[in-house]
Amino acid sequence: MKKNINLEVNIAGLSLKNPVIAASGTFGFGREYSKFFDLNLLGGISVKGLTLKPRKGNPPPRIAETPGGILNSVGLQNPGVHAFIENEIPFLRQYNTAIIANASGNTVEEYVEMTEILSDADIDAIELNLSCPNVKEGCMTFGSSSRGVLEVVNKVKKVARKPLIVKLTPNVTDIVEIAKAAEDAGADAVSLINTLLGMAIDVKTRRPILANITGGLSGPCVKPIALRMVYQVSQSVKIPVIGMGGISNGIDAVEFFLAGASAVMVGTAGFVNPMAWVETVEGIKEYMTENGIEDVKELTGGLIAD
Amino acid sequence: MRSFATVKKTRQLNHDTFLLCLKSEKIASCAEAGQFVNLKCCDGLDAYLRRPISIHSVNRECNTFDIVFQVRGKGTSLLSRIRPGDEIDVIGPLGRGFTLDHSHRHIVVAGGGIGIFPLFQLLKDHTAAKKTAVLGFRSKDFVVLEDEFKKHSTELLIATDDGSYGIKGFVTDVLEKIIQKEKPDMVYFCGPEVMMKTGVKLLQKYNIPCEVSLEQRMGCGIGACLVCVCKTRKDNDWDYSRICADGPVFKGEDIIFD
Ligand SMILES: Cc1cc2nc3c(=O)[nH]c(=O)nc-3n(C[C@H](O)[C@H](O)[C@H](O)COP(=O)(O)OP(=O)(O)OC[C@H]3O[C@@H](n4cnc5c(N)ncnc54)[C@H](O)[C@@H]3O)c2cc1C
Ligand SMILES: Cc1cc2nc3c(=O)[nH]c(=O)nc-3n(C[C@H](O)[C@H](O)[C@H](O)COP(=O)(O)O)c2cc1C
Ligand code: FES
Repeated sequence: MKKNINLEVNIAGLSLKNPVIAASGTFGFGREYSKFFDLNLLGGISVKGLTLKPRKGNPPPRIAETPGGILNSVGLQNPGVHAFIENEIPFLRQYNTAIIANASGNTVEEYVEMTEILSDADIDAIELNLSCPNVKEGCMTFGSSSRGVLEVVNKVKKVARKPLIVKLTPNVTDIVEIAKAAEDAGADAVSLINTLLGMAIDVKTRRPILANITGGLSGPCVKPIALRMVYQVSQSVKIPVIGMGGISNGIDAVEFFLAGASAVMVGTAGFVNPMAWVETVEGIKEYMTENGIEDVKELTGGLIAD
Repeated sequence: MRSFATVKKTRQLNHDTFLLCLKSEKIASCAEAGQFVNLKCCDGLDAYLRRPISIHSVNRECNTFDIVFQVRGKGTSLLSRIRPGDEIDVIGPLGRGFTLDHSHRHIVVAGGGIGIFPLFQLLKDHTAAKKTAVLGFRSKDFVVLEDEFKKHSTELLIATDDGSYGIKGFVTDVLEKIIQKEKPDMVYFCGPEVMMKTGVKLLQKYNIPCEVSLEQRMGCGIGACLVCVCKTRKDNDWDYSRICADGPVFKGEDIIFD
């Protein structure tokens, strides 16, 4: 007899029909990939990183290919939170998938104001981006110290009326300490990892490939680091962990669940395989069927470490 | 938009330039001049990203299209080893192609290096009575597809940087001479950025409209990731536009060259 498979997860009040979310910045506002597959198949979409005012971003080139991954230095190009609410939410709401607003600010006040605005918008959760490595002010500056995280998340939490996910940077000495600070300040969940700061050089021209010189590394090459960080953080916080970094298929996702993640995000892999998001959902189902697992929640933290 | 195209034919055009004829009804049935495809050069993590390559020629009867590429690095080197019968994972046709105004009587296409390839289908599709092609190459060894371009243009002029073949000099110098003889209705550029920058300036001087096809490193290739941008004019300000989705073809006057 074929068993029913339950893929539903609930992350701090955010209910997802399946645990696969499109990672911020890799999926725009969903329009482009909706030509490749039905967005209803996704658990959720974390939209392109938003700021209070429109942002132009960094000069090109903004991408460099590296072994098994990419560096990007987009620098949060986006139309601003108001244009997002007006033009993009109505499009996304046609689909039965969670909308997660990824928000960045230059100052604590901006994070607070963004959260107030987004709390009134028709979205399902806020993902506070304390981890973009490609902008000079704000973001990773806050996210790389416990003090910074405490300060921003404390103030944001006071005004947040949506589930609050804090997105962490791996560019720190001890990510566990940062995750704990987010939890202490009231985060409902944490997501990790954002990209790892890196660089690439063209030896012919002796110039950096990225106009911004440095950029954020993502894709399969970061997966072992991401997995380790998800494992360590899951061991030390009680709030749910959303894992990402190099996930390309269902098996990769299952690894993150076993390490402690309650849901996963998929990004870079979709550039190469536009069906990566959907195939990840299918792959999780297949693994569950083959292993007689009925509820995906059973996988979370299921690592056997003797 | 994603399909597996079968390689029908491969042709080496010179020491580092290759033509692949690919069969894909999905792409051949709707591809327009100036659009591109984004293709996987191999399975696995080697040459991880897809490579953007222009559609050079479309054969709508046979459901095939041709791409022509120069070997630059890992991806194009892998592509050059592909054999007839192999399958390639292709996304396309992508981007906004050239605008064809069939009321135009005289058009000029001006291309340099790998920029000449997308201009070929444009020459094939355009109905103008007079179609001039000005193609620039580094030197004689790099000249390719001369007969093919001759067949689909009314006049073909070849320029080489070192004068080893055709006219010595830049495409834009040749273009200015053409304009001084007879003003064309429209000019289409594709090539190195300095060529297009000089070209657009030149045409503004003569008040002739033009389109340019730009190139940039890409991620998704479909407009979602915002890595492939170029500066475009917007009201009194400027903006970054996506070359993969808003382009690769833009009106010359809309681009801000740095
Ligand atoms: C819209 C468009 C159309 C193109 N059409 C053609 C064509 O018809 N014929 C042709 O020969 N070439 C064309 N190119 C350039 C072609 O994409 C690059 O030469 C190719 O990607 C190089 O890959 P590689 O692995 O050989 O080089 P590598 O240097 O190993 O590539 C490393 C990375 O940089 C990127 N990259 C390197 N050079 C370029 C470049 N000039 N433009 C964009 N990305 C680059 C690659 O895609 C890859 O992600 C086009 C580029 C664009 C954007
Ligand atoms: C082009 C690009 C843009 C990104 N933009 C954002 C962003 O705006 N906000 C954010 O929180 N993360 C952003 N990220 C990081 C991803 O959401 C994700 O954390 C990271 O890429 C690791 O996952 P992956 O390996 O599956 O891509 C971006 C990543 C890429 C590749
Ligand atoms: S390559 Fe992703 S937006 Fe152009």
